[in-house]
Amino acid sequence: MDLAVACGRPLLLRQPLKADAFQQVVLGCVNPIAEEVNPARIAQLRLGLDEATPAYTVQRNCGSGMQAIDEGRRLIQAGDADLVLAGGTEALSHTPLLWPRTAVDWFARLNGARTPGQKLLALLGLRLSFFKPVIGLEKGLTDIVSDLNMGQTAELVAYLFDISRADADAYAMQSHHRLAAAQTEGRLGEIEPMFAANGTAYDRDDGVRPDSTLESLGKLKPVFEKPYGKVTAGNSSQITDGACWTVLASEAAVKQHGLQPLARILDCTWAGLDPRIMGLGPAISSANLMKRQNLTLDDIALWELNEAFAAQVLGCVKALADAKFCKDVLGWDEPVGAIDPAKLNLDGGAISLGHPVGASGARIVLHAAHALKQRGGKLAMASQCIGGGQGGSMLLEAV
Amino acid sequence: MGIWNKIDGDRLELGGPVNEAGPSGWSLTRRPDGIAWLVLDAPGLSTNRIDAAMLTALNDILAGLEADPPRGLVLRSGKRSGFMVGADIAQFRAVSDAALMATELAKLHAVFDRLEALTFPTVAVVHGHTLGGGLEISLACRYRIALSSAQLGFPEVQLGLHPGLGGVGRSIRLVGPSQALPLMLTGRTLRAPQARRMGLVDAVVEERHVAAAVRAAIDGKLQRRPLKGLDRALGSGLGRSIFADLLKVQTAKKARPEHYPAPYALIDLWQKHGGDFKALKAEEIGSFSRLLVTPQAQNLVRLFFLREGLKGWAKGGGAIERLHVVGAGAMGGDIAAWCAYSGLTVTLADISPKALGGAMKRAAKLFDRRHLKGKLLREAADRLIPDPKGEGAAGADLVIEAAPEKLELKQKIFAGLEAVMKPGAILASNTSSLRLEDLRATLARPERLVGVHFFNPVAQMQLVEVVRHDQADPAALAAAGAFVNRVSRLPARVNSAPGFLVNRALMPYVLEAMVMADEGLPLEAIDEAAERFGMPMGPIELADQVGLDICLDVAEILSLGLKTPLPAVPDWLTVKVKDGALGRKTDKGLYAYRKGKPVKRPVAKPLDDRAVDRLILPMLNACVACLREDVVADEETIDGAMVFGTGFAPFRGGPMRYARERGVAEVVAALQGLEASCGPRFAPDEGWKALSP
Repeated sequence: MDLAVACGRPLLLRQPLKADAFQQVVLGCVNPIAEEVNPARIAQLRLGLDEATPAYTVQRNCGSGMQAIDEGRRLIQAGDADLVLAGGTEALSHTPLLWPRTAVDWFARLNGARTPGQKLLALLGLRLSFFKPVIGLEKGLTDIVSDLNMGQTAELVAYLFDISRADADAYAMQSHHRLAAAQTEGRLGEIEPMFAANGTAYDRDDGVRPDSTLESLGKLKPVFEKPYGKVTAGNSSQITDGACWTVLASEAAVKQHGLQPLARILDCTWAGLDPRIMGLGPAISSANLMKRQNLTLDDIALWELNEAFAAQVLGCVKALADAKFCKDVLGWDEPVGAIDPAKLNLDGGAISLGHPVGASGARIVLHAAHALKQRGGKLAMASQCIGGGQGGSMLLEAV
Repeated sequence: MGIWNKIDGDRLELGGPVNEAGPSGWSLTRRPDGIAWLVLDAPGLSTNRIDAAMLTALNDILAGLEADPPRGLVLRSGKRSGFMVGADIAQFRAVSDAALMATELAKLHAVFDRLEALTFPTVAVVHGHTLGGGLEISLACRYRIALSSAQLGFPEVQLGLHPGLGGVGRSIRLVGPSQALPLMLTGRTLRAPQARRMGLVDAVVEERHVAAAVRAAIDGKLQRRPLKGLDRALGSGLGRSIFADLLKVQTAKKARPEHYPAPYALIDLWQKHGGDFKALKAEEIGSFSRLLVTPQAQNLVRLFFLREGLKGWAKGGGAIERLHVVGAGAMGGDIAAWCAYSGLTVTLADISPKALGGAMKRAAKLFDRRHLKGKLLREAADRLIPDPKGEGAAGADLVIEAAPEKLELKQKIFAGLEAVMKPGAILASNTSSLRLEDLRATLARPERLVGVHFFNPVAQMQLVEVVRHDQADPAALAAAGAFVNRVSRLPARVNSAPGFLVNRALMPYVLEAMVMADEGLPLEAIDEAAERFGMPMGPIELADQVGLDICLDVAEILSLGLKTPLPAVPDWLTVKVKDGALGRKTDKGLYAYRKGKPVKRPVAKPLDDRAVDRLILPMLNACVACLREDVVADEETIDGAMVFGTGFAPFRGGPMRYARERGVAEVVAALQGLEASCGPRFAPDEGWKALSP
């Protein structure tokens, strides 16, 4: 929640809007903590917005942040609102631990022990109560229907679309390199610094590893399916905390308040598929959107495809270029085509920057808007896969 | 405006509608359940207080209740601001006859005693300020129920007094000497839960449960806290003697008896009469009356009004809600944190994330030191917005610039601010050394520039100099003053001049100490001489605390800008600053520091009173010069600013008061003596002639 407040304050600061200007506040969040069951309302009040404005939280798993923006878009389109504050927040570090704190501390001691004597001492601290099961992050990242965790679904996509470990690692390395370049070249204008009570200034996401090489990534062991799997900690998204807000306004509100829009939202689609291959979701939702808007790949200048897993991003690219997939699954006569790597996730993504699940969808939409402004072009697609077997796509137009 | 105010969510529970109040503000309403609600809402005052007229009216009401007793009586304030705050301090001014005072006090005691003697249960329901006489009248009731907003205490010691309306006797009887005496000796304010733990109140409830709690009290269902064993032991003469000595040792660490006699008088009073409640309560009257006529108490009472005077010129005007501070250094960061703590929404701009991080860390420390927790902590932290891009300037009602003291830099910052600030917003500089006349030179709208000069450390120094230049808009100055009031600091009006008032008066004092050190006098002895006079901190330690680099800067500005000669800055001081020994902040200055405290050797041979004059009189001389040059309007402002801005011996009432008490002619003669022996820097200012002798 502190994240949502920290990122909302500067946004509101630079808008010429009064506290009661919004008609609705919508926030995406997958795992609200026990004390904050409707994070949207708490964030709204802590941001000093008017108490009379209603606020609600939406949950569509990894699609929650994009869902919040879609809600706002629909409210405005229906004429129910002129101004909506929409975003996403997630503090995965605050999800209940799988292990009780005492056990975590014990692990830390054991891990920190250097000499055999220290190790023995640490081992003696083991207590049976440490093994009390707690529902936590891992449960949240497991699809109960298919009984597969998210990493396993990426293994399936890699297998079905023949993505090699080397391809995945190369993609992951590129993500780190692209993010590092974007950070040094100042292309992440939407990022607001945070200041901890201990004085530390966090002015960028610190998960980026610009020194990643194929060799360093190649050394990592598969984490989800040992020993033969391809999905490693290195070519998966990072589990992190984050928050994102956007101001959505009708044309009338833009004029009335003298707002300076970043981009226009043209459309948004959601799709469902077999949860075992949830990673292909954005291929389907994006193709559906393109068909509805009568677009070809060439019409789209920039793509954001949330990097849940390198294998899953590459799987989507392959699927859209695959004639059989496009015909049997999408019902297209011709393949959609291969997304140009020079248009896709140009400033890195969740592999290098992190995937705070409830916030990511909003973040990639916002970043797509910024990237359109910086790089030029007319249309940008922001898309993502959603645990449980869904995909979401949002189409932006430059203004 | 939120729904809360629209539905009057903060209304007081008075058991139902109350009858119309009499001229003194009392209204008595008998409820069908047999309980009588006696509510005080003094007409024309923001807070209820105890005075003779109000007690006379109460006496009549008590007579009526004795004749027709209710099932129980509730005593409550009808004012949102609080219960009652004791006597009207104006009545204490210029009291010179202790015996007459004692006679008057005895009459008031009789009313309190009558309240205490009622045969039916009496319940005081207290909220907000419940201080001094307000607390004392509640102690004459059988029960006390506190709202969580209640702040209870005996601030009399700050006026050079102790409680005088039975508070000494009744508080000791109720919670025992081991708790009551420290409460009265320190003058500290208790929150409701602390008062409950101490046994000073019988219950702490929310407004919505007041009526139920009152019924419980009247039905005898409230549990009274028993006295501690320790307090029973302290009832004996031997116990009292031991504890009194202990208290005196503790008190001596804070205040010398010749400076502050009141705490010692209180300890003596209890030691002599603590075994007999009636005697203690009776003797309290005489002791209080004798203290009131001491010069120390009279000066401290006057100080109360000096404080009101500083506040008074800038009352009202809550227009400043959004503050933007530029510069997250020591001053800017701490001003921002203090103002956020005080309830304003503050954006703090600095291009350096590191500086912002440091400021946020110090803010977290401030909130912690002020015991903010949970909701209050979160709210304060949410109000303080780090603003690396300076986006808060556009929406701010007041912008305070606290950038490094470089004219061109500040002018550049001003240009950026002027472009985005709201038309009605005020631009303030926290500069201590640059001239506002120079700062305004590049402004499109110089009239909205004012000086708002905070002192370091912001959270402890109560004074803020509000600086006027000759083109300043009076409305901007008034709003700046109101802002200072809003953040619980005291605004002193000064005109633009080098060093304004406080630094200009302090520098001769600090520099003279350097000269004395140069002459080979021990640093500790120099500090002791000033402390003996009543300064909270000697000049050497003060220089270290302010920072030797800052002292040098101010000295330079003053010697450039003023005609009055200043003591020459010793070369070794310049060398120290060059070497980075800047004082407490570098753990090395004139003193060495251990854990942030100076390492001082004991003083072998205290300096004589002439040495005290050498330190103090130049300060007085500078104050008179400021008066002559119209830097400040009057002696009261000087005294208030110097006491609250420098800690100048409060019991002496400030430098001008001290000069008056010692005699203008005598001070001038002493300065002339020093001029003859030490040099022309002591030459009495021309302004002394204009002062009535």
